[in-house]
Amino acid sequence: MSQSFDEISAQLKRRHRKSARLKWLSMGALGLAGLFLVIFFADMLGKGLPAFQQAQIRVEVTYSEQSQQLPLAAVNEDVRELVSRGWLRTLPMMMRDNPQLLGTSRQEWVLADGQVDQYLKGHYTRLDDDEKEIVDALAEQGRAELQFNTTFFSRGDSKMPELAGIMSAAMGTVMTLLVTLAVSFPIGVMTAVYLEEFAPDNRLTQIIEININNLAAIPSILFGLLGLAIFINFFGVPRSSPLVGGLTLALMTLPVIIIATRTALRSVPDNIRHAAFGVGCSRWQVVRDHVLPLALPGIMTGSIIGLAQAMGETAPLIIVGMVAFIPDISASVTDAATVLPAQIFTWAGEPDRAFVEKTAGGILVLLTILIAMNATAVVLRKKFERRW
Amino acid sequence: MQTNQLLLLFSGVLLLLGLIAFFMGRAKAARVRSTGTSMYAQPDQYAWFTVLATAGPAVLVGALGSFVMLLLGAEIPTLYLLAGSLVVSCVGLMIGMNRVRPDFHARQAIERVIRFILAGAALISIFTTFGILFSIISEAVRFFQMHSFWGFITGTTWNPGASFLEAAGRADDAASAAQFGSVPLFAGTFMITLIAMLVAIPVGLMSAIYMSEFAPAKVRTLAKPVLEVLAGIPTVVYGFFAAITVAPVIVTIAGALGLEASFNNALAPGIVMGIMIIPFISSLSDDVINAVPDSMRQGALALGMTRGETIKHVVVPAALPGIISASLLAVSRALGETMIVVMAAGMRPNLTANPLEDMTTVTVRIVAALTGDQEFESAETLSAFALGLVLFVVTLTLNLVSVIMIRRFREKYRVNNL
Repeated sequence: MSQSFDEISAQLKRRHRKSARLKWLSMGALGLAGLFLVIFFADMLGKGLPAFQQAQIRVEVTYSEQSQQLPLAAVNEDVRELVSRGWLRTLPMMMRDNPQLLGTSRQEWVLADGQVDQYLKGHYTRLDDDEKEIVDALAEQGRAELQFNTTFFSRGDSKMPELAGIMSAAMGTVMTLLVTLAVSFPIGVMTAVYLEEFAPDNRLTQIIEININNLAAIPSILFGLLGLAIFINFFGVPRSSPLVGGLTLALMTLPVIIIATRTALRSVPDNIRHAAFGVGCSRWQVVRDHVLPLALPGIMTGSIIGLAQAMGETAPLIIVGMVAFIPDISASVTDAATVLPAQIFTWAGEPDRAFVEKTAGGILVLLTILIAMNATAVVLRKKFERRW
Repeated sequence: MQTNQLLLLFSGVLLLLGLIAFFMGRAKAARVRSTGTSMYAQPDQYAWFTVLATAGPAVLVGALGSFVMLLLGAEIPTLYLLAGSLVVSCVGLMIGMNRVRPDFHARQAIERVIRFILAGAALISIFTTFGILFSIISEAVRFFQMHSFWGFITGTTWNPGASFLEAAGRADDAASAAQFGSVPLFAGTFMITLIAMLVAIPVGLMSAIYMSEFAPAKVRTLAKPVLEVLAGIPTVVYGFFAAITVAPVIVTIAGALGLEASFNNALAPGIVMGIMIIPFISSLSDDVINAVPDSMRQGALALGMTRGETIKHVVVPAALPGIISASLLAVSRALGETMIVVMAAGMRPNLTANPLEDMTTVTVRIVAALTGDQEFESAETLSAFALGLVLFVVTLTLNLVSVIMIRRFREKYRVNNL
């Protein structure tokens, strides 16, 4: 015997140790991916949650003739630098709308300057020492505090961090996605129905299939180049509008919807079709009355996932000009608009540090919507999933 | 009248005509049937046929007319065009009514039209590809008329900043000549892609191996959606994460090691891009590994191999074509990724092998060229399309190779769900 039992069992142990090592290593890889996710969410929550609060200070506001001419005169000199300039500018208009205010003065909670906000949150600030003292004193009296930030959810973009909000971007996203859905859903479902139920198995069909798979893998920025050259320069669709953004995203979402719909159609068993043909339905009647209703949950799930993907897309929209500065909510699909991811991109480029928090806040809103959409898709699938 | 109002009026009239067609068609069919004649189709089907005969040609004429206006630049007044299509629709209505006869197969006629419409929808995806190709190539050709193709491919200086002087007719000034050498851009792109792959392939592949070979079912059902969340995060969010969180950490670590790192270093976008691609590789590899037939595992285990040896010597080699194909797709995705590099990588074209320096990528320059204040005809703007063309060709090649590899794998094991 060249090898004793001891040697063999030692070798066996080694081999099993090696096997266990691979198991732990691969487990570690999965753990690492999970760890990335945890770090990422912790970082975003830490940076973004403060954005949902905003400093307000309680000051004496005087509504006089003078403050109508010069809004700065409405508040005391010592807190003049601490209230938001943007809020001050709205004073004259407010007095014009409410004439009975003239000649009165009262204590009010007003929006504080972005720097005060940053100071109260313990971040770096440009306030000088005197101003810090005043803010500290106000905070001690309970006249300066962090309150829920309604501005962030109700206003559009602004160059002043305390007045910047996501409303106009959110409306832009809604309009863009409506255009995307209106274009890509019917065309996608029709394409899938044709390929699965009608198309003969010939060269053209194969080319269409390969082409759809290929479209799904083309970098998104190239769709932006298409949107710029074809939609804007050739068809004359207004630049920066939800229309052009939605059309561009629709072409990107198309392969996702087609592939999802085909899978859903394929999962409908042939018995259904045979039975329908058997009672004399034509091909279109079979599809319309029997196959499509059964495949609908799958189609919906795929479309929601495709829309969620389109919602997070930024690069093609930048190319078609949807990174415009939009302070007001745009009224129609041909007006200039911006979308949530583009708003995040714009804010990320602002030099003012207060915008870091706004950016992360916007990201939290976007992620919440996306997770809600994906969860809806999962619930839909779970609820309507049928095993044949 | 405004074009918008005209269009609204046109759609309204067309809708009305369609309604009239529906009810007239149905009434006529019902009348014929009530006389006791047996017909080939139901009254509703005749009704729908008359609607199609009314609206179809009108919409077709309108669409054709607007295409002729756009493509050939012919001036057809919108009013005449729309009025013309309405006349066509009236004629269609008359012909449609005429066809409502017992011996007419209305259902088959509808079927043919629907088939035609569905096939037309399927062709849109082909048009999209042609649209991308056409838009990129036509502008890229204009760029290559201004600057040589060879210089673009082999030049090592990318300096478009001076191209506005060229537009001003001062191109001869030696100092101001714009240079479009794309080598530093591609070097930066490949560097960042390489870093991303060094993160994504090991982590993604190992997670896939764990999930398909070791993990209990509970862990599997939990880990899959978690990885999918990682895939669902928008790239602009990853870009912010890379620029605000990861880059400063890398600068601090490099500083502690006595190295100089730029805040726009290539490492931060590379690592974050790698994290983004992990779920892509892991889910594709997971599918492929699951597709390896169990008989192979059983054979290996029966010969006395340990689990680890089975994976290393049997399962992974069998799944290799699929894994390579997944990695190629991942590379193609990394090459075309835009937002992460726009936000976290540098703007300066820099030919270096040091990942701690700032470098720029193809997609960054495309965005920079198209969001700048240059006019569309300038060489800088057009250079974006030339870069896009190269990007298109490279990613298309990678995708095709990957498709071919996965098809080989599929034929080898006769699995159909890949």
